[in-house]
Amino acid sequence: MDVYLPIANLSVNGLWIVALGALTGVLSGLFGVGGGFLTTPLLIFYGIPPTVAAASASTQVTGASVSGVIAHGKRKGVDYRMGAVMVGGGIIGAGIGALLFRFFRAIGQIDVVINALYVVLLGSIGILMARESLQLLRKSSGTKQAARRRHHPLVANLPWRWRFYGSGLYISPLAPLIVGIAVGILTMLMGVGGGFILVPAMLYILGMSANVVVGTSLFNILFVTIATTIMHSLTTRAVDIVLVGLLLIGSVTGAQFGSQLAVKAKPEVLRLVLASIVLLIAFRMFLGLFYRPDEIYTVYPL
Amino acid sequence: MRALFLLIAALMLSGQSDPVLVPEVSQHDVQVRQGFTGTELLLFGAVLDPAGRAGQDYDIVVVLKGPSEPIRLREKERFAGVWVNAESNDFRSVPSYFAVASSRPIADIVDAKTAAIYEFGTEYIQLSPSGNIDPDQQTRFKLGLVDLKRRQELYKEDFGGVQISDGVLYQARISLPSNVTTGTYSAETFAVTRGRVVASAVAEVEVRKVGFERFVELSANEYGLLYGFVAVMLSVLMGWGAGRLFARL
Repeated sequence: MDVYLPIANLSVNGLWIVALGALTGVLSGLFGVGGGFLTTPLLIFYGIPPTVAAASASTQVTGASVSGVIAHGKRKGVDYRMGAVMVGGGIIGAGIGALLFRFFRAIGQIDVVINALYVVLLGSIGILMARESLQLLRKSSGTKQAARRRHHPLVANLPWRWRFYGSGLYISPLAPLIVGIAVGILTMLMGVGGGFILVPAMLYILGMSANVVVGTSLFNILFVTIATTIMHSLTTRAVDIVLVGLLLIGSVTGAQFGSQLAVKAKPEVLRLVLASIVLLIAFRMFLGLFYRPDEIYTVYPL
Repeated sequence: MRALFLLIAALMLSGQSDPVLVPEVSQHDVQVRQGFTGTELLLFGAVLDPAGRAGQDYDIVVVLKGPSEPIRLREKERFAGVWVNAESNDFRSVPSYFAVASSRPIADIVDAKTAAIYEFGTEYIQLSPSGNIDPDQQTRFKLGLVDLKRRQELYKEDFGGVQISDGVLYQARISLPSNVTTGTYSAETFAVTRGRVVASAVAEVEVRKVGFERFVELSANEYGLLYGFVAVMLSVLMGWGAGRLFARL
């Protein structure tokens, strides 16, 4: 099925795009990650211009997170208070990220910076998650005692505490705000929703209760991607609404299946699967830094 | 047809020795709409010899060029094992599309100098490089750009792609891929004999988006904020709708 994309200026096979959307949708419902870290590279690989791919992927993630947020919200799986603080931080971070993006673009190293960031972040997060989930799996097979959640000692030292009932935490709102800012910067730089950074940050730095992590992460992604879409529409003008529509058809249905699966599966197993996907992509990108790239020359319109 | 006849008659009377080209393009208006997967243009026409000598040995070269744009080309280099962007070069007029077809290999028709003047071949495209003056580096960048565009099917050469019948009528097929830039394309036709371009003529082809595709492009460029909100609304509604739908199932 040939579909012409008016902003990307080329025709694609619509069914492939829908399938790609479905894949991301399942991931987003299952793990609470937006899936942008998977969609964007795959779209570029398909031949869609990088800016259009990044901009449209972020719009699509909005749709995938809406259904996820609703699904998790019904199960009381969203800590709205925590989410709101993070969104605030995310918007500040997006602003800082936009400035950094412009700086790296001006010196012509934005793609190298993006690749290196992917490798470092995905690599370290993947290893962290894999180790933790493996330990949990081993423990739960022996004794039934679950490991005690602890938030990072630095978080405990911050002043001015709030109660976050959904997360079962009594911590300073500065901690989620800083996490939000960091994720916002990375979102703008890497063109992804930031869920794959947010979920581990919530688990290991804030020490949030695991059953609200996925929903709250999606809640944050929802608002950050809305802001990103508007920013792209105003600056790069690279959001392709036809491409977004195709991706959405796949991802909104995929997200529903994903969140239904998420209830049935064991969280430790889920985390191990996510860790392996993350590590796989990090490894691929790591190789990409050293292998001779497919294209030595890249065109930037002036 | 009558105009053509008059033209021929006038030329015959004037006694001019150079031939006249009457070019035509199968489609002057290429409409990019939903389902557009590229198109094939037929460039055809006639070479009229004022002296009435049919069967004269002409070679025909057609060059189809899309609108030009300024670009910056960056080159990746290995730095401490990692591939990073190193050198860059600016080109002020890079045709978004370039296709050349001829009746015989260019080297057999004209010398390199003439080929360069008329841009007979992708290596002769005038890209107006700026900034760097090192000729070696410029050649390297140019080759890199042409290679990139060629693999995107935006630059192509088809030597032997022009068919001439009876030394009068010629035709060439040139395909436009779906990723063409919209704008005014110029189809230039050259008649060459004994290494000399003796006649040339230009026809124009307008590639434009129509209907929904045009509307989308226009809205994205003119009403960015509104367009962004519509995109967000579409996302939110589809996500919400699917959530409702699945909740009932």
